[in-house]
Amino acid sequence: MPLAAFSDFMQQVVSGLASGGIYALLALALVIIHRSTGVINFAQGEMATLSAYICWTLIANHGWWYWPAFVTTLVVSFLGGVVIHRIVIRPVERGSVLRIVIVTIGLLVAINGFVVWKWGGEPQQLRSPFGVRTFDVGGVVVAAHDLGAIAVALGMVFLLWLLFQFTKVGLALRAVAVNPEEARLVGVRVSWMLALGWGLAATLGAVAGMLTAPTVGLDPQMMQAVLIYAFAAAVLGGIDSPIGAVVGGLSLGVLLNLLSYLSQYGAFDWFTEELRLPMALLIILVVLLVRPQGIFGKPEVKRV
Amino acid sequence: MTLLELDRVAAHYGPVQALRDVSLTVREGEVVAVLGANGAGKTTTLRAISGTVSRSGVIELAGKPLTGGPEGAARAGIAHVPEGRGTFVDLTVTENLRLGAYVRRDRKVAADIRRISKYFPWMLERGGQRAATLSGGEQQMLALGRALMSRPRLLLLDEPSLGLAPLVVREFFRIVRELNEHEGLTVLVVEQDARMALAASHRAYVLEVGRVALTGTSAELRNDESIRRSYLGY
Repeated sequence: MPLAAFSDFMQQVVSGLASGGIYALLALALVIIHRSTGVINFAQGEMATLSAYICWTLIANHGWWYWPAFVTTLVVSFLGGVVIHRIVIRPVERGSVLRIVIVTIGLLVAINGFVVWKWGGEPQQLRSPFGVRTFDVGGVVVAAHDLGAIAVALGMVFLLWLLFQFTKVGLALRAVAVNPEEARLVGVRVSWMLALGWGLAATLGAVAGMLTAPTVGLDPQMMQAVLIYAFAAAVLGGIDSPIGAVVGGLSLGVLLNLLSYLSQYGAFDWFTEELRLPMALLIILVVLLVRPQGIFGKPEVKRV
Repeated sequence: MTLLELDRVAAHYGPVQALRDVSLTVREGEVVAVLGANGAGKTTTLRAISGTVSRSGVIELAGKPLTGGPEGAARAGIAHVPEGRGTFVDLTVTENLRLGAYVRRDRKVAADIRRISKYFPWMLERGGQRAATLSGGEQQMLALGRALMSRPRLLLLDEPSLGLAPLVVREFFRIVRELNEHEGLTVLVVEQDARMALAASHRAYVLEVGRVALTGTSAELRNDESIRRSYLGY
């Protein structure tokens, strides 16, 4: 491989990991809610958009510095997720899955409408906390924002892993996902654990939203494509597997970038940017047909 | 002293009445068995106590009514081992035990795991193993160990013998008796295996279609052949 082609290749891998990290965060949010509530939260993307707008308005309209605005957005998003669960989801939780799905779609429309009503439809600029610098590492040019996004995404995953693996609350969250009836018998307040799951999912989404806005521009539709990628990542990794969501997200980001890369060099020359989203849908379809439980999922055993 | 008191308790699943009129008491330090045929309401009696089924009537633990559903019952000191191995199969042995101590606020959980492993030595060595990979008997022991981790005032056992080899069942009840004798653990056990349950308990109630049909000391019931024949089937 000529050197130029190699550095090009590495650049695509790094930026693929950056967008993949964002897919991974949103996929992780989907997985957390699916494990505990058993539904796909279709509003996950819009919740992330709203979070990004909150961060933006704190900076642009209230003069905040970036990081205080970032942290405040995380806190507000967490509380927002908890409130959404308590007020909107809990009343329909005991009904059929379809009812909750419809409620989350309603939530999608409502949040999108709210964002447009409050801040208008025209794109805004949320700057990256990592600036627009690029580094040249042995001929490979990488954007500071991409490196920052990868670091933040992996950092979030690590914190979440610590929470689930080493804290009492994390253990309770996992117990609820395994067996809610049993969790109740040992005294876990299951309903609050579900609310906590929604809070965590909203927080992960907020990070994904704030990392997405600087590259694609902040607008009310910005997370809709990302949500599809997150679906693909979650399905690829296994809809109940947190590790699967992370691996699925990162591989999807890299895979899509490598297709673009190869198309520049003649292979897959039919592949253009417009095919990224259909490609993600194709992956969803193929995985569901060939290996419905995903790479890391366990096959579902239904008792008759 | 009376620890648990049920007075004219009824319970139903939707339109189906599972308990009609059950009154029973369990004194501190006793092992009490609830016997009866399938569908007599044995499991529902336990579920009424731990609040996992809607019920009416009086249910009191140490003179205080039990409220707040299963979470409330757990906080009041009731450990319920449900039918069919109450373990979290995707979690490890140690995680199951730690969850048993979920309602406790003290920091002696690790010490307690060592304490109860006196009864189940294998649990220490195999703490990192997923519960799903344990044998049926081991899972039942783990469910018991997990229940003990909450330091319960009252232990509810639902059909511990179900699907287990006779030898394992005997070992299980031996440990329950030992816990009762050495640590004063109070137990209310529902059992299909009347012979085993009567051998392990002080007193027993026999349920028939959601009512208490008769009660007495386990020794009385065991020695009365007509009762054994007509109610206990052995």
